[in-house]
Amino acid sequence: MLFVLVKQVPDTETKIRIKGDKSGIETNDIKWIINPYDEFAIEEALKTKDKVKAPAVTVVTLGPDRAVEALRTALAMGVDNAIHVKTEGETDTFTAGKALAEVLKKEGAQVVFAGKQAIDDDQAATFGYVAEFLNWPSVSVVAKIEWDASGTSLKAEREVEGGTRFIVQSSVPVLLAVDKGINTPRYASLPGIMKAKKKEIKTYSLADLGLSAGSAKVKESDYLPPPDRAPGKKLTGDAATQARELVKLLREEAKVI
Amino acid sequence: MNIFVIGEAKDGKVKRVTHEILSELKRQGQAATMVLVGGADAEAAAQSAVGMGASKIVVLAHEALTQYSTEGYANALHAYLSTQTPGAILVGATALAKDYLPRLAAKLQVGIASDCTEIKVGSAVTARRPVFAGKVSKQVEFTAMPAVLSVRPNVLPVDAAGGSSPVEKVAANAGEIRAKVVEVKAAASKKVDLTEADIIISGGRSLKNAENFKILQDCADVIGAAVGASRAAVDAGYAPHDMQVGQTGKTVSPKLYIACGISGAIQHLAGMRSSKVIVAIDKNPEAPIFQRADYGIVGDLFEVVPALTEEFKKLKAHS
Repeated sequence: MLFVLVKQVPDTETKIRIKGDKSGIETNDIKWIINPYDEFAIEEALKTKDKVKAPAVTVVTLGPDRAVEALRTALAMGVDNAIHVKTEGETDTFTAGKALAEVLKKEGAQVVFAGKQAIDDDQAATFGYVAEFLNWPSVSVVAKIEWDASGTSLKAEREVEGGTRFIVQSSVPVLLAVDKGINTPRYASLPGIMKAKKKEIKTYSLADLGLSAGSAKVKESDYLPPPDRAPGKKLTGDAATQARELVKLLREEAKVI
Repeated sequence: MNIFVIGEAKDGKVKRVTHEILSELKRQGQAATMVLVGGADAEAAAQSAVGMGASKIVVLAHEALTQYSTEGYANALHAYLSTQTPGAILVGATALAKDYLPRLAAKLQVGIASDCTEIKVGSAVTARRPVFAGKVSKQVEFTAMPAVLSVRPNVLPVDAAGGSSPVEKVAANAGEIRAKVVEVKAAASKKVDLTEADIIISGGRSLKNAENFKILQDCADVIGAAVGASRAAVDAGYAPHDMQVGQTGKTVSPKLYIACGISGAIQHLAGMRSSKVIVAIDKNPEAPIFQRADYGIVGDLFEVVPALTEEFKKLKAHS
């Protein structure tokens, strides 16, 4: 069984505003989207379903009521089933990882796709917790997947650093956290959108999974905007003059070269 | 509190980010043990780190760890650290650390703070980490020990190397490794990784095509910089995604960031705003990038960048 983990996040163009008590960000007036990396995971799951003749793809999200919209979008893209782990307030990575792993266990997942990170919290860690709690192998930042004919073993390519790549071999069960560029996610079709509206969505609460808000291992607070930068200098003259002046300033004033 | 810094070696040398973390801990009056994981070569790498300020260096060596694997690293570190009553485990936020650290934290049944830009290690452990690609940052306090943190490279200053740390070899337990690296594809050219680069020269859609990125590469080669790209340039097919800087690409923090033909979309600014010095070169004087830049050049990048390359060459010839 193929599963995809998705998270609902603010659109990348969103101006993030901090709450007055610095306890978090203002969540009203935000345009919510599926985490961009998760769209690649959905597409990869749908492609894999065709390739290995899997019966269905199930999408799972963890979040407040509004997160159901991310599930509807995934259903409209062609995913077959959806599961919502309903939470209130913030959930730390440990608790989210544990909850998702419990759901995947209960639902009999064999292959799980996820995005390499969510662009809101930027932890890039949930996939690792999920894989560890399932006691499965995992490959992260996956740029390419090649399945064997039986659909039980695969080779995944991942970037390491500076352009070096690893080819990782693994068998099923496995968790694959994919990178941008692995595919081109499809758009939701109009019939898909209509069908998605009527689909039943299965729900779990944290309590159903033996967890609570008190399961958190960290406390988060004191949200701050990035420090202001002093106004910069504009360099004038022709290109050669500007270049000469810039190198001088970088050397003598900024002392970075 | 027992503090451990997991080192990472590349080409036989322990990376600077490991030294950055050890320097910061020392400034906070904390002694730390460095742990290095690897095969037979790990011991030699440890010798490159004896002056970084660790109270000792523990080498977890095993043949099965010569080649990196997610499970091998997580297993070996867990097997060793769980016998050491660790209070804090810190590591540079490199590509490999981001891969195995969440699994290590899960094994230890604790939380994690990734890519921290400030750390405070004392009787309690707190950290500050940027979220929303740097549009905001937040404080993370660990309520379960050990605290597991990765620290963004190039943010914490390094102190001069000195002194010496004894090196202790410990037989590692790599455990079961199911996902194995079966092939390593080296990069076509030896490139500095963007997230660890000192200097980055990035290009936007104004580069017009992939071939024109060569003028950035020529300039970068002179000063040993890495070349990056904006999302617009990547989406247009001028550069591969592994070069993308921004919210859906890499978050970088070099000493010097030179943006060429990049207007400065909010998601791009988010990914490079923690650079120490920002230079913007763009035709459009109204481009938002200029509000973030320490030095702005309004001009044609096709004239300015080659001129800059020449200036860098002159500088290198003199030094």
